[in-house]
Amino acid sequence: MSRELWKGNEAIAEAAVRAGLEAYFGYPITPQTEILEYLSRRMPKLGRAFLQAESELGAINMVYGAACTGARVMSSSSSPGVSLMMEGLSYIAGTEVPAVLVNVMRGGPGLGNIAPAQGDYNQAVHGGGHGDYPRIVLAPASVQEAIDLMALSFDLAEKYRMITMLILDGSVGQMMEPAEMPEMRSPNRKKFDWATDGALNRDRRVLSSIYLDPLAEEQTNFRLMQRWKEVMANEVRYKEYFLEDAEIVIVGFGTAGRVSLSAVRAARERGIKVGLLRPVTVSPFPYEVLDRLTGQARTFLVVEMNTGQMLEDVRLAVRGRVPVAFYGRTGGVVPFPDEILDEIQRINTEPVSAEADPRQSWLDRMTAIKA
Amino acid sequence: MTIAPNNLVYDRPEAFTDMPTHYCPGCTHGVAHRLIAEVLDEMKVIDRTIGVAPVGCSVFAYNYFDTDFVEAPHGRAPAMATGIKRVLPDRIVFTYQGDGDLASIGMGEIVHAAARGENLTVIFINNANYGMTGGQMAPTTLPGMKTTSSPDGRDVETQGYPIRMAEMLSTLEGVGYCVKRSLHDPKNIRLAKKAIRTAFETQWRGLGFSMVELLSTCPTNWGMTPVNSLKFVEEHMVPAYPLGDYKITDPIKQIKV
Repeated sequence: MSRELWKGNEAIAEAAVRAGLEAYFGYPITPQTEILEYLSRRMPKLGRAFLQAESELGAINMVYGAACTGARVMSSSSSPGVSLMMEGLSYIAGTEVPAVLVNVMRGGPGLGNIAPAQGDYNQAVHGGGHGDYPRIVLAPASVQEAIDLMALSFDLAEKYRMITMLILDGSVGQMMEPAEMPEMRSPNRKKFDWATDGALNRDRRVLSSIYLDPLAEEQTNFRLMQRWKEVMANEVRYKEYFLEDAEIVIVGFGTAGRVSLSAVRAARERGIKVGLLRPVTVSPFPYEVLDRLTGQARTFLVVEMNTGQMLEDVRLAVRGRVPVAFYGRTGGVVPFPDEILDEIQRINTEPVSAEADPRQSWLDRMTAIKA
Repeated sequence: MTIAPNNLVYDRPEAFTDMPTHYCPGCTHGVAHRLIAEVLDEMKVIDRTIGVAPVGCSVFAYNYFDTDFVEAPHGRAPAMATGIKRVLPDRIVFTYQGDGDLASIGMGEIVHAAARGENLTVIFINNANYGMTGGQMAPTTLPGMKTTSSPDGRDVETQGYPIRMAEMLSTLEGVGYCVKRSLHDPKNIRLAKKAIRTAFETQWRGLGFSMVELLSTCPTNWGMTPVNSLKFVEEHMVPAYPLGDYKITDPIKQIKV
């Protein structure tokens, strides 16, 4: 396959088709609507299910229903729409069926705006729906990476009977880049021993998230956490850049990581020993590599397009052994490499206090600039 | 005791499991369940049927039918059923929903499933209150009817008017079969059975969305004996929710059941 110019959202849609997507249910919302539009053209031609639902509530419950049959199914949305889907996600998790959801994140909270943001990290990684449930969250930083992670997300969801979310900010969804598509995989519905597809020549099956007996629900939650342990052991993915001798380690995912890389290159040209760790799986989070880097770095700098959400996971990994600084732009603002370069240079010349609250220090600087 | 086959006049449908139901004495959920099970038996579709249970008193419907079953979030059964049917168009998919589930929290899902003409069958139990949570006011609660959340009786000035679902949905193009029946006496139960059969036949032949609304009792939450609650359906529910065929398209009229 040759490299072609692909728009992020359309690339995701085509990559899902090629990964054997059998059914898509969605609802229009900027900046992800091209996924819906693309699949509305593509899926019916292939004899596969496409449906524009009446709402995100409808869409995620259609996904839930199709997932119960064992079909490869996904939905996509953007921040406010994903909030509406949280009910369904919790049920899907509690029923232990595989499903894929793409969140092309925009500025928030509330209606916010349609500019790129990463404010849904906590919702995706730590919370969202009610109850205890783990989920796999992948964070691509380019169109090519989004394509590559699409097929993986279905495989992981099915392997672990778990939700896999792809979180990317609006810029990855909207930008066009040269990228290579994988070969078309034919949809080949697996014969799962749990799928409710009609009890032909077998005993009937029930799929439900109800465990009325608290002890049974507790066992279910234990089971989910045991499975999560396997995910943590086997599925952590990240990219390392210039880390071999790095004294300052930047941690950033998605676009924030990508912009940071430009800043790292510029800082390297100025002789600063700085590197970048870009988590690809933000859940499971790469705690182990951060632990290792803690022995090497004198300071971490977390860069995000939110007010410091992944920051807390980094702090948990670093456990106060070295200072952690934070730089973020939020509300739909994408940082320029220069801003991050300034941060790197500041950290390089003025040591960061281990006692300072990184978010407060950042906020003080940001609001002082504005004032 | 074994009954000789030639003496057997009434047996458990094959589409039922052996589990006794959890429904209150006098509740008509059991009757509605049995009618569905008899229809699945008659149509010989037990092994190709997927039921979608709601949230409400019938949340455990999946325990009683010997078919594949899933359990939907509150009100979302038509959306889940849509997802199933769209990837398995040759299966029978039905939802079983109460009035809180279908006419309140799930209003969006039911209207759009009907408008799209999804080839689904919906069995809608209207007993004018939220049974499982202890008898709160539902969109279907009659004016003046006392419930635990309308203790002075439903005041239409502040709490609005009942919603007539069969009538409403029958206005939609995608609907093939939409009727209202009652379960308050044997004659009406027989008519209900026929309607349920027609609804499933509608789906089997791909003739569009089908729904049977069933007026039902809730003796426990209504504070009535089972017999009085049947009378209440006849005297108060039927006048407020007139029984009838609200929409039957021509091809469905040709179906003989």
